Amino acid sequence: MLKIHNLKVKVKGEEILKGVSLEIPRGETHILLGPNGSGKTTLLKAIMGMGSMHTTGSILLDGEEISGLSIDERARRGVGLALQRSPAIPELTLDSLLQMIGNKFGSDGMEEKIDSLNCRYLLGRGVNENFSGGEMKRSEVLQLLVQEPKVVLVDEPESGVDLENIVVIGEALKRLLKPSVKEKKRAALIITHTGHILNYLNADKGYVLLHGRIICSGNPRDIFEAINRHGFEGCMECEKCN
Amino acid sequence: MLAEKARKALAKKAAYGSDLLLPHGVSTVEERSIDSLENLDKRLKEASLLSGFNSDESGRAGSYFQKNNAVIYQKVQEAYRGQVEIMSIEEALAKYSWLKEYYWRNVPVDMDKYTAQVELWGRGGYFIRILPGARVKQPIQSCLLMDEAGECQRVHNIILAEEGSQAQVITGCTTSPSVKEGYHLGVSEFYVKKGAHLTFTMVHNWADDFHVRPRTGIMVEEDGTFINNYILLKPLRSIQSYPRAVLQGARSRARFNTIVYGRHESEIDLGSLIELNGRGTRGEAISRSLGRERAKVMMRGRLKARSNDAQAHLECRGMLLSEEAEINAVPELWVEGAPQANLTHEAAVGPVNEEAVEYLMSRGLSRDEAVSAIIQGFMQVGIQGLPDVLNNMLADILSFDSGS
Repeated sequence: MLKIHNLKVKVKGEEILKGVSLEIPRGETHILLGPNGSGKTTLLKAIMGMGSMHTTGSILLDGEEISGLSIDERARRGVGLALQRSPAIPELTLDSLLQMIGNKFGSDGMEEKIDSLNCRYLLGRGVNENFSGGEMKRSEVLQLLVQEPKVVLVDEPESGVDLENIVVIGEALKRLLKPSVKEKKRAALIITHTGHILNYLNADKGYVLLHGRIICSGNPRDIFEAINRHGFEGCMECEKCN
Repeated sequence: MLAEKARKALAKKAAYGSDLLLPHGVSTVEERSIDSLENLDKRLKEASLLSGFNSDESGRAGSYFQKNNAVIYQKVQEAYRGQVEIMSIEEALAKYSWLKEYYWRNVPVDMDKYTAQVELWGRGGYFIRILPGARVKQPIQSCLLMDEAGECQRVHNIILAEEGSQAQVITGCTTSPSVKEGYHLGVSEFYVKKGAHLTFTMVHNWADDFHVRPRTGIMVEEDGTFINNYILLKPLRSIQSYPRAVLQGARSRARFNTIVYGRHESEIDLGSLIELNGRGTRGEAISRSLGRERAKVMMRGRLKARSNDAQAHLECRGMLLSEEAEINAVPELWVEGAPQANLTHEAAVGPVNEEAVEYLMSRGLSRDEAVSAIIQGFMQVGIQGLPDVLNNMLADILSFDSGS
């Protein structure tokens, strides 16, 4: 469903991604691991088309090149991103934003989705305005639930979130990624540091991104366990990488 | 005496804004009054509607309509007779000898050349009196319309909100579609008596070559409340105004909500001054401005406290939508002999947050939709009770179109 080939990204002249290639088939969830500054967030933003960056390489969605498209066109084609740190928009209430997203993508089950992420009390507030870490993540995932993208990109769903909220977010992502209707099966790429989210999702594949390159891929739980034991530096010494 | 002072001030420049070379003398354009607003020319009906004036008068307590320098219609609805009086200023001065005590009391006749012109050559302007204790639930509306190119409309308005009364007045200042140039000088004096509540909403809807110089003074007595809403959304050549509200009575309050969309070559210099003289007075002045194309916007605000337990807040925020537009915010806090007074302000001018725009685009909104959503929210300052036509117009005008 999503195929990235030799993606290179420069930000302010500095090459952040140095030729990333990966493929996520429909119905699969892949996990992206890597230390701070390795380029994980840049990769997700590049797929979405966000940020001031210069990109080369190819991003195919269902076989169609989307790398030249605007952000909104990519969203309409089915790419959805939940950011780790979203900008506050005090001028726009969450309620108004959800209505706008609903107008674009459909409002079916809106009320139930709002309640499932415990966001009702946030509706009258400006988007992300003075939201706690948990509130921000719940709001982000709620927007994805309404957007129902084909490709779900999530940047660190657990960061800054307490255990109670991780349960809510994890269950919501599980629901988003396991729709009962086969045609609606999505592809997902999720960045995680802690791995807590793996308790809720059946991740099919994991990648380690280091210094702008994917240096390892395989069973996500095995990779995560190895990183926990040896750290990312251990990845460099891993036989698979050498 | 007034005429003498005015004549001496005819060349006096205003403290702010570009200096205008104005035509002298009374306009010779004649107008006929009408019995019913149904007889108002269709194009004038449409023009006045865009400034909030409802020509079918539904949902209105009363109406006043001035075309150029002539009052062509004035009426109080049956249900409000005995609660509201509406007439031209000339008629009111002839009817009430006591009105002279209010005439030029809140605005000095020799403030500048513009007040002087209104005194010497002014015609019309409304006198609206809300009688003691009257609770006027429906808005009173007025329209000051220009239908003659190059003319100078000079009006003197007075509103008296008598003790314990409550009312909302909506004034639309506008032009007929064919008139693109002219001058509008408007002196407005408002008196909010003890315990009265007056909400005044002014909508300016001029054309590209109009110069506008309103001069407004408000006096608020004990426990009185004055709320001023000002809306400028269409381009004009220049406007300069700095209304002054004096909170003289204890526990009196004033709030100014100002929303301005500076477009084309508009030169906009607007402010509000709240003087907190009485005990326990409260003031708030909130302004939002957008600058687009080559518009120049100056947003002033001054709070002046002379009472120890006065509290007031001033907020000027501007958003730039083009590289050539200018917005300057000048908030001022003055405390005079009241060391315990509490005055605060915040001011911010900047572009639309690009990160926020991209964020909204990632939710499927086009760039224009994203910018529109942000600027429409930015311009929300809690103005209550706007007619639907104005709310719709506001949303329509603030729908950002990068191509237009």
